[in-house]
Amino acid sequence: MTVADSWTWKRPSVIPGFGITFGFSMAYLSLIVLIPLGALIVRSASLGWDEYWRLALDPRTLAALRTSFGASLIAAAINAVFGLILAWVLVRYRFAGKSVIDAMIDLPFALPTAVAGIALSALYAPTGWFGALVEPLGITIAYTPAGIVVALVFVGLPFVVRTVQPVLADLDRELEEAAATLGARRLQTIFRVILPPLVPAILTGFALALARAIGEYGSVIFIAGNLPYVSEIAPLLIVIRLEEFNYAAATAVASMMLAISFTMLLLINLIQAWSRRRFGHAV
Amino acid sequence: MPSERRRVELPTSESAAVRMLLIAIAVLFFGLFLVLPLVLVFAEALRGGAAGFVKAIVDPEAQAAIHLTLLIAAISVPANMIFGIAAAWAIAKHDFKGKSFVITLIDLPFSVSPVVAGLVYVLLFGAQGYFGSWLSAHGIEIIFAVPGIVLATIFVTFPFVARELIPLMQEQGTGDEEAALSLGASGFKTFWYVTLPNVKWALLYGVLLCNARAMGEFGAVAVVSGKIRGLTNTMPLHVEILYNEYAFTAAFAVASLLALLALFTLAVKALLEWRYGDQIAAGSGRH
Repeated sequence: MTVADSWTWKRPSVIPGFGITFGFSMAYLSLIVLIPLGALIVRSASLGWDEYWRLALDPRTLAALRTSFGASLIAAAINAVFGLILAWVLVRYRFAGKSVIDAMIDLPFALPTAVAGIALSALYAPTGWFGALVEPLGITIAYTPAGIVVALVFVGLPFVVRTVQPVLADLDRELEEAAATLGARRLQTIFRVILPPLVPAILTGFALALARAIGEYGSVIFIAGNLPYVSEIAPLLIVIRLEEFNYAAATAVASMMLAISFTMLLLINLIQAWSRRRFGHAV
Repeated sequence: MPSERRRVELPTSESAAVRMLLIAIAVLFFGLFLVLPLVLVFAEALRGGAAGFVKAIVDPEAQAAIHLTLLIAAISVPANMIFGIAAAWAIAKHDFKGKSFVITLIDLPFSVSPVVAGLVYVLLFGAQGYFGSWLSAHGIEIIFAVPGIVLATIFVTFPFVARELIPLMQEQGTGDEEAALSLGASGFKTFWYVTLPNVKWALLYGVLLCNARAMGEFGAVAVVSGKIRGLTNTMPLHVEILYNEYAFTAAFAVASLLALLALFTLAVKALLEWRYGDQIAAGSGRH
């Protein structure tokens, strides 16, 4: 038997320090992330089956989850469309200011959510620079569910752009030329040759934007209006329950949010696995 | 002839009109969602003139918030940097089973809502939490105090450094380290003189993003801080309090400092990507 097929858990290596770095990493991971998340799960389990579902199926909780999920879906869809256009324009065309736009796309990652929240709120309020423009048309954005979507579009904007951009840049232009020489019109080439390999990247970007949007708090609460049953998001409801010292209700909502997070994580991994099988690479 | 050339439609590109339209859509969307909010922060901050801006910044409560934010970042960023380096060494330079599961666990905090991140510490260390009575019996304050804010910040910024280092160090392999070790270098010397120089720009990149998030975190910190003015109020929380009190100019003044930090972060990030792009792992930018 060779060394290579006799190793059971860890392949032997001359590189030292595995024990201490692995041990430290796992201890740190457990203390900061795993045990606290475990506490949330244990706490929700200790509520008991009936009590848990009474809290989880509370109409206000369901309304908040619906608002969070609905607004996040719309925002992620908007980001999928405009993110694809932005990525396309940044990869394929030359125009003045392109490099500035490319660098600024990540602004939502770098700008604190509270700053984004008050800025968007002031901008889209009926008296704001943009809000005042659409107010005569009878459109109110801030302090309505539309305001939530605006904030979530902001926080999710970089995801689709940044997942599609590298895949689009790596696409073999010769395939398009081949399609053209075979008589395909440009629109046919785009829909039959260029877009299919981009689908995993678009889906991944969409799922990442959706996952981020569902949990988002800081940028939303300033612009949302926060009206129960109308424009109250699930993370805000957790904060409200905590402020009422209603830990059981806060835990119930949080455990449902955590379940949604795990589902999204699984979904993203499934898209990656599918992409690897179908296109030979993850995105 | 130019007039004829303009009429030729390339079958491998879009017509000029379509190109202009797509660029216009992209620029408008970008302007509406990214540029206008940013410009507005600075315009509102300076609405009361330079004097109003300075007054809002030198206010004792604003100063306390700035100091606390710097303190929180000074603790949580190095903590996550040490973890990131240790985790990358264990994961990228060694082979063991369950590696991809460990990487998924490290990325977990990015998928968890910041509010949930704050809540889990309240459930552990709050007055009604699992360790609540023990902590209060021993006079230790975590929730509604600085340690809670540090913990929540470490949670939300947990993966930043590790996720920059792991893919890059995996790609670099172990050849350089094996050469150094075979020439008699110690493990630490190998790391310090061989591995670290290979990943220094990726490390800086990760630390930069970690720091931006640590200084700007709102949701997780809001849950654990209690927002005691002058004591547990970080800059983003101070912005919220001022805004809710309709002190808009002051709120935007403090917010503009955070916006400047964001712009600085983006500038250094762009510089690192442009100058050292090959030494920073691909697939960054998912946070």
